[in-house]
Amino acid sequence: MLSAEGLRHAFGGGRGEGGGGRIVALDDVTFTLEAGQTLAIFGPNGAGKTTLLKVLAGLIRPDAGRATVAGGRGAIGWIGHQSHLYGHLTVRENLLFWAALYNVPAATRAQRAADVMQRLGIAEHAERAVWALSRGLAQRAAIAKALIHEPRVLLLDEPFTGLDLAAAAEFRTLLAQLRGAGRVVVLATHNVGEGVELATDVAFQRRGRFVQFAPRGGRGPAQIADEYRRALGEAGG
Amino acid sequence: MSLARKGRLITLIGLGLLALVYVRALAFTPVERLQGPAQKIYYLHVPAAIWAEMAMFLVGLAGIFYLFLKDPRLDRFAEASAEAGTVFASIVLTTGPIWGKPIWGTWWTWDARLTSTLFLFFLYIGYLLLRGAIDDASLRARYAAVLGICGMCLVPFIHLSVYLFRTLHPQPIVLKPSAPSLPGSMLVTLLVSFGVFTLLYVGFVMQRYALALEREEQERSAHA
Amino acid sequence: MGDWLRQAWTVARKDLLLEFRTRTAIVSAVVFTALVLTVFNFGRDPTAVATIDLAPTILWVTFTFAAMLAMNRAFQLELENDALEGLLASPLSRTSLYWGKLLANLVFVAVVEVVGLPLFVLFFDVPVAPVLLPLIAVIALATVGFVAVGTLFSALVIRTRFAELLLVVILLPFLLPPLIGAVQVTARLLGGRPLSESAGWLRLLAAYDIAFVTLATLLFPFTVDE
Repeated sequence: MLSAEGLRHAFGGGRGEGGGGRIVALDDVTFTLEAGQTLAIFGPNGAGKTTLLKVLAGLIRPDAGRATVAGGRGAIGWIGHQSHLYGHLTVRENLLFWAALYNVPAATRAQRAADVMQRLGIAEHAERAVWALSRGLAQRAAIAKALIHEPRVLLLDEPFTGLDLAAAAEFRTLLAQLRGAGRVVVLATHNVGEGVELATDVAFQRRGRFVQFAPRGGRGPAQIADEYRRALGEAGG
Repeated sequence: MSLARKGRLITLIGLGLLALVYVRALAFTPVERLQGPAQKIYYLHVPAAIWAEMAMFLVGLAGIFYLFLKDPRLDRFAEASAEAGTVFASIVLTTGPIWGKPIWGTWWTWDARLTSTLFLFFLYIGYLLLRGAIDDASLRARYAAVLGICGMCLVPFIHLSVYLFRTLHPQPIVLKPSAPSLPGSMLVTLLVSFGVFTLLYVGFVMQRYALALEREEQERSAHA
Repeated sequence: MGDWLRQAWTVARKDLLLEFRTRTAIVSAVVFTALVLTVFNFGRDPTAVATIDLAPTILWVTFTFAAMLAMNRAFQLELENDALEGLLASPLSRTSLYWGKLLANLVFVAVVEVVGLPLFVLFFDVPVAPVLLPLIAVIALATVGFVAVGTLFSALVIRTRFAELLLVVILLPFLLPPLIGAVQVTARLLGGRPLSESAGWLRLLAAYDIAFVTLATLLFPFTVDE
């Protein structure tokens, strides 16, 4: 359903001779996820997590390797640092616009938007302009935007950043509902242990490489954090 | 020998030959009947004008190939070519008025060819400014390629529009359907001068290319 | 055909809705047009230069400058919450995105021109009524070309420093051929000459439109893809 084969990518400098000053963001990353799997990627800032998600989303063409998502761009829902919402449009207008872009049939768009707002508890804010929403509501609107086309693949880049404890807990509950059910979820965060309980698989990324990639098994946040320190320590500080 | 030194050598040879061209132009080529000695600047003006335009064409061509091959060498070449083109355009814009004052009685006229070169000059300046405004190397190369390709395609439109506008300029006397009306010895001088300018272009581009390489090297060591 | 054009229209409609909500850009552009026309009126000696001689130049300099203001906002508004990233991650094709922006810019510039033309007639007492239709055709012909280039270039400058200034500097050389052409044709029209006399210029304008709309459509993907 989602596969990455030998992904390599670097930023800065040229592609030709030399290439010394380049920052390696992806280094031979290979994995496959089937429907129902949730992958949590942990790694320090600059490990290449965002690059990986962007490659999966088709936003960056990798220097080498191939990423394939069944259903292409239209099957992906993206929740990143930015909400992708237009501040001067209302929540509903934003959702209708993105629904149209994702080829949701015109007849069902209004119903779909209403459903998704209901689900995220922002139905009463439907007619408010996005700029006027509080941070938590805006985050929910952003999630609504990502879900409007019922994506089969969810890519989450540091989704807990900027959420207060209550909102984060709420979001975790939502994610718990979304994962499984024929969906693939990829979650990347620098905060080790965050969202671990949702994951079926765990990967540690460092300098573009997957230093560990394994099913979670029964491991909890504390154990994962412990292994993370060890894995990254072993890989040479 | 390093690229920069090779480029410098070629440029020096070019400049030396240019001096010889002028020895020939002043001493061994007849004075034009109507324009008098002012016409001598022609041997500088025309080859520079041709290369100012060729350089833009090469910038665009390098841009097309860059977008497909993503080879940074093409981008370095495009930058070097654009800077050399700017120099040649400046030569045209300086020698034009110097010639125009005694012949047309005014420093500047909105004559077709001179105006075209002025537009070309603005085009180069815009291109170089855009390059200067982008820090990321691959982004800069990509954007510059897009602008370079557009620039290349704009040149014929500039010619056409300025030509339709009006023209005071001496009509082309070399490349026209009938036999060249330029006396043989003048033609030889012109062709030799064109060859010399080709050499100068190559020399400029090589030096500028070497400079770009060196700058990248410095950026790289600054990173590390 | 249908599908990519429908997507383009979705983008354009969203841009226009946003513009309608805030109205800052369109109001600024219209006021700018009125101001430039006023400035031109005082920037000439009415006893020395007949209005009719200067009118075509005034009209086109005003239109091109107002259009450049418009072009800046096309991609600027996508930077808010990095909506551009969202557009690129969606199934929307690059061609549809470019055409959406182009359509929105054309509507925007058309609004400015629709307001600007009557003001121009009012301020300079130019007899446009007998040549109104050909004049509108010429305005449309010239506008399409430079808006096509401007839309492409506005995508080049959004992430640079001094984007507004840079856009003007790189765009102006490209505006000169359509500007010269439009001024020439307008002058002939206002002088009561038949359109056929401007055939050469009209061909130039049409060729420019075709060349640069095609070129911009082909090149645009390179300005947004990483």
